[in-house]
Amino acid sequence: MSEQPIIVSASPHVHSDRTSKKIMYDVVIALIPAFLVSVYVFGASAFIVTSVAIASCLLFEYGIQKYLFKTAVTITDGSALLTGILLAFNLPSNLPIWMVIVGSLVAIGIAKLSFGGLGFNIFNPALVGRVFLLVSFPVQMTMWPTAIVNNTNVVDAVTGATSLGLIKEGLLFGKTMTEISPQLPSTTQMLFGFTGGSLGEMSALALLLGGLYLLYRKVISWHIPVTVLATMVVMTGIFWFIDPEHYASPLIHILSGGAILGAFFMATDLVTSPMTKKGMVIFAIGIGVITVVIRLFGAYPEGVSFAILIMNAFVPLINTYFKPRRFGAKIKAKIVSL
Amino acid sequence: MLKTFPKGGVHPPENKLTSAKSIKRMAVPKVVYVPISQHIGIPAEIIVNVKDAVEIGQVIAKSGGFVSSNIHSPVAGTVTKLDLIIDTSGYKKQCIVIRTDVKNEANFQEIEYPLVKDIILEPKAILQKINDYGIVGLGGATFPAHVKLNVKEGTVLDHLIINGVECEPYLTADHRLMLEKAEEIMVGVEILMHALNINKAIIGIENNKKDAIDIFKKLTQNNQKIKVAALQVKYPQGGEKQLVRALLNREVPKNGLPLDVGVIVHNVGTIFAIYQAIQHNVPLTERVVTVTGKKLENPANYWVKIGTPITDLVNEVGGLPEGTRKIVNGGPMMGKAIKNTDVPVTKGTSGILVIADDEASRGEPKNCIRCSECVFVCPMGLEPHLLMNLSEKGLYERASAEDIMTCIECGSCSYVCPSHRPLLDYIRFGKQIVKKLNTAKN
Repeated sequence: MSEQPIIVSASPHVHSDRTSKKIMYDVVIALIPAFLVSVYVFGASAFIVTSVAIASCLLFEYGIQKYLFKTAVTITDGSALLTGILLAFNLPSNLPIWMVIVGSLVAIGIAKLSFGGLGFNIFNPALVGRVFLLVSFPVQMTMWPTAIVNNTNVVDAVTGATSLGLIKEGLLFGKTMTEISPQLPSTTQMLFGFTGGSLGEMSALALLLGGLYLLYRKVISWHIPVTVLATMVVMTGIFWFIDPEHYASPLIHILSGGAILGAFFMATDLVTSPMTKKGMVIFAIGIGVITVVIRLFGAYPEGVSFAILIMNAFVPLINTYFKPRRFGAKIKAKIVSL
Repeated sequence: MLKTFPKGGVHPPENKLTSAKSIKRMAVPKVVYVPISQHIGIPAEIIVNVKDAVEIGQVIAKSGGFVSSNIHSPVAGTVTKLDLIIDTSGYKKQCIVIRTDVKNEANFQEIEYPLVKDIILEPKAILQKINDYGIVGLGGATFPAHVKLNVKEGTVLDHLIINGVECEPYLTADHRLMLEKAEEIMVGVEILMHALNINKAIIGIENNKKDAIDIFKKLTQNNQKIKVAALQVKYPQGGEKQLVRALLNREVPKNGLPLDVGVIVHNVGTIFAIYQAIQHNVPLTERVVTVTGKKLENPANYWVKIGTPITDLVNEVGGLPEGTRKIVNGGPMMGKAIKNTDVPVTKGTSGILVIADDEASRGEPKNCIRCSECVFVCPMGLEPHLLMNLSEKGLYERASAEDIMTCIECGSCSYVCPSHRPLLDYIRFGKQIVKKLNTAKN
């Protein structure tokens, strides 16, 4: 017999090898391709913004937990790291560093820890950070370095609007899509990410690669990303079909802005998305609809962040009303006496 | 595509270390400890006194009511004590201690029972005999078999399902029994079909026991009434409701029984015990037990007399290895951890699992990250995270409304939880309170 006592605990006595930490790091791995593209396109500034966001998220979590709340420090669980990366991905790469730090404080301090920490937050922390910065510093948050590819060199000298910004502005000034299109990047450029926009949202292909990895690792299911994108395609498709001169095509809508980043990485955040497959579909339809409404009729050119945050608020309600089907429910039980 | 149940389930590493090992006979112990409560329901009533001489198969405790069962002496010997001993539940229970008479040859005779195919008894007599011979469900739940077979007149019953799933990792008792006693099990199936007047039977076996499937395929080749179905390997397919859903696509209603959809389910072990009782007049005094664990010298399957101390079994496979931290009565998913091996084998002991240091401790519980895995794997369509929360906060009325009582305690939720949350622990606790509240209400 061993010197250590025999453990008597309730079943089950085995456990799968999945842990929360592994899930978090899987998402981090999935974001690497998009990060590499970003560094390639925007250069060192993308690397600096991301590093600062990660470092400040970790530091704020450490500081607040250790000195303010005096609770256990959980910075190794991977979630603050992930928040840092996702926040950076939603910022322009030329944003002043101090703003990145403010965004991190809002994300970790207000959106996450004040709600009770990991698992208790209602809103996606990275998106709360981003939206806080967007409404506080609208000018800096919408000045994008535009990537220009000439032959072999990638230059990020020009600042300008994103594709969605160009479309919105053009339409406002009475231009038609035919007049606006020459200004827009080509579909291939959008796919590979050689376009203006937030640090991590431009390369559709790199993000899709990461998304597929998450699906393969079963960190996310297809329900949210596919439904969000399908809803957007259908809605923008209807408008485009009716009036292609005043509405951009579904392809432009899917490939530009934060659609793919949002659908695969932000809306699927485990903590802030519904807990049943039915609920996930409802949640995703909501995000798709609100995004398109903001993009087509709102003041902002882009609406993914707002759409996700608005639908985050509905998650408790969705969880209450869209429950899994109970085994044997709605089948009339004959009482059999023994 | 192999059949399976559609909602939920997990697939833990199978670890069937002993599936190639034929069942050996354990030596008859010097002393047997026979608890009077080895089944679900009312404990049996002791009808022997200290110093009484008992024969093998003699009734030593009589069924205490309808949901109860007779208990027979596994050995010939003398009753030395009627005492409280700790059984596999971890509680002290009344127990009959019998010293084996080493001079009595009956104790050491190995009887080879010939295969008897002809069924002579009338249905009523068969059911009575199942009651008299102390047969209980050997799959683990130990529900008295005669209660399950007591079908009210007018009930439409069209299928008998034989549970050869053995979805618990490690355990191979049913698997070996199916390989070694296939023909007897076939007769047992016919006995039950005759007794219940059912024309169709399906033997459900998971696909990790291909040899057993093959044997029964051969035996049922020209049989129009009995069929074999290979099932996809998925836990908890051995649960009655999941098995009925997998094989017949019928869903047992909430709070209902398989009987409500015209089905009766019995485990292969129970079927063999019924065969022995009906054809050879042998009461249930022994069963197959898998003694297993990754660090054991020689894990194996045994025919074991009820009442044999688990210590004997562990010694037979080379003793507890260095670094043993957990001993489980049953499989790793639903088995009960026991404090030490001074506990007797009962009718419900399908296996003894010895777990070493590296796998014995639970991970430290962390915050729920709302990943929904528990919801996805729950075979009953429940929300384990919610039920745990409600139980923890004492909101039992709501837990009841969220169908906490339909939980089958399979443990899939706790198994997958990436935050190592003790979901099933709290759900069990909540169920106990809800049950008490419901009884108080009535």
